[in-house]
Amino acid sequence: MSLLRVLPRLFLFVLLVGFLASPESFDFAFKPLVQTNAPAIYNQGDLATLTLLHVRMVLFATLLATVIAVTLAVLVTRPFGAEFLPLARTVVNIGQTFPPVAVLALAVPAMGFGNGPTLVALFLYALLPIFENTMTALTTVPQNVTDTAKGSGMTPFQIFRQVELPLSLPMIVGGIKISTVIGFGTATIGSTVAAKTLGEVIIAGLQSNNLAFILQGALLVAALAILVFDLLSMLERSLMKWKAA
Amino acid sequence: MRTGLEKTGVLMAALILVSTFALPFIVVKPNRILQGQGRSLIEALPSGSGMALTAAFIIAALCLVVRLPSPARLAITIAALLAAVLALGGAAHAGLPPGNAYARVSPGSGFWLLLFSLSLAAVDVIAKLRLAPASRLLLLAIASAAIGGIFASGILSDISVMKEYANRADAFWAEMSRHAMLALGSMLVAFCIGLPLGVVCHRISLLRAAALNTLNILQTIPSIALFGLLILPLGWVAANVPGASAIGISGIGTAPAFVALVLYSLLPVVANTVAGLENVPREANDAARGAGMTDLQRLVSIEFPLTFPSLLAAIRIVLIQNIGMATIAALIGGGGMGVFVFQGLGQSAMDLVLLGALPTVAMSFVAAIVLDALVDFSTTPGTEARSA
Repeated sequence: MSLLRVLPRLFLFVLLVGFLASPESFDFAFKPLVQTNAPAIYNQGDLATLTLLHVRMVLFATLLATVIAVTLAVLVTRPFGAEFLPLARTVVNIGQTFPPVAVLALAVPAMGFGNGPTLVALFLYALLPIFENTMTALTTVPQNVTDTAKGSGMTPFQIFRQVELPLSLPMIVGGIKISTVIGFGTATIGSTVAAKTLGEVIIAGLQSNNLAFILQGALLVAALAILVFDLLSMLERSLMKWKAA
Repeated sequence: MRTGLEKTGVLMAALILVSTFALPFIVVKPNRILQGQGRSLIEALPSGSGMALTAAFIIAALCLVVRLPSPARLAITIAALLAAVLALGGAAHAGLPPGNAYARVSPGSGFWLLLFSLSLAAVDVIAKLRLAPASRLLLLAIASAAIGGIFASGILSDISVMKEYANRADAFWAEMSRHAMLALGSMLVAFCIGLPLGVVCHRISLLRAAALNTLNILQTIPSIALFGLLILPLGWVAANVPGASAIGISGIGTAPAFVALVLYSLLPVVANTVAGLENVPREANDAARGAGMTDLQRLVSIEFPLTFPSLLAAIRIVLIQNIGMATIAALIGGGGMGVFVFQGLGQSAMDLVLLGALPTVAMSFVAAIVLDALVDFSTTPGTEARSA
């Protein structure tokens, strides 16, 4: 059963690595999509490098967002930060309506073109789901569990470390999962402001009317997003089992 | 009411003080592209009025720190917001060198931070008031009217963004309506396809897994790419299906953008329909069957009304997602507010970028507030009885 589920993903991963290692061997698959003289494989840069840069940018932004979002969520769920809780909820709710392109466009006047505004947009956009999930997880830890911990003489910090945090982990990972998948898509848009990501491939395709380029960029981003989504889902499930045990 | 310090107020007061003292309130630029020089609030307004306003903001910041009744806080923040906007208009008027048609005055980081912290304060108070959905809609209407009034009055007409607007007012409204048409129209079509699909998926569990998985994968395709990938099939349809090009279908332009938005909208619609139908209590269905209702009657008069809140939630997700994504349609000639964003990025004219981005954000906010209120309406006890 579990092998049946892992096998297609494994195949996708092998295909992804194979394509990045030697894009030219897939020439036959993209050839029918282009006019006779146009290149079928992206030729304005190394696809593997762009993929690595894309992944690096998303991971860096998500990692930073995770640290900040979890810290903030922990602070607003402590007694001294409780006054900030309703405000935090509202801000998260409103913030998530902000379109990613708008975040990107508004970051450009402040930071100029390049990787900077994309990193900021990715970071800001990743903050909200992680923060929301962490906050929800920490506020829904069953009261009797924390009461028992308190009764057995645990300090608030011990309760947090040994009870609240482990119980909340699966949901925190769930938030990171949502953020990462959104991040992969948003990083693509970043290429419109000259960030070095796989969006370059797609935009080059749009500009030279080359469908093969667009498809390559799209498939690479989609494959990455699916693989990372599955990896984090697996982590989420095993944390869930661990929590139940 | 307890007396003492308001912790959230301390944060906002700190932001207000930083924005009035440490950051430029306006930026004066020699033309619409070149970098400009920042001026603080005190320097930006003539003859002591800058001083007076700065003092007023300090007082407002102090008022936020102390515990005050919510209506008083709301009144103070709204007054401060109005003052900030009026000051911006006045500063732009004063900052423009006379007779120079090329110079521009843009809002500086200080103004934006001031706007942000005051809005945060207003949102905080409004959240604490726990208004009923109807009052929230009323508040939204009043706020929209006030903002519209400010723009119509011409107070802000010397601001760089408004100058960009003045140069292309007709195009602005044309793209705005195209943007709304793209977002709303694609949502409507997505519901026409997604609702029946959701009902079928609910009945046949094998189809459910397949459909939801496909739609999930579709969502991971980056929006720019999906827009681009639809160029070929739609171009083929336009060339080979009689009458298709006559109704406006073509490879580039609005059609691929519209289809892409429909595809992205399908997942939330189908998923929420299925989830909503699954949450219909078994007793309700059993009772309907016992009363001799046919499957169709049951669907229309029992299941759909009970699924309604879930469908409204889908509308909220789809509409906000579409308003954001429609911006990218401009990259393939689909129009919408993205036209200004990408034109501005291309010319590195940041005021033009703002002209495209700010209305998009405003549209998303309005959609979110209205739909949140509607969702609350539909889940408030007592309303089901009326709608059933």
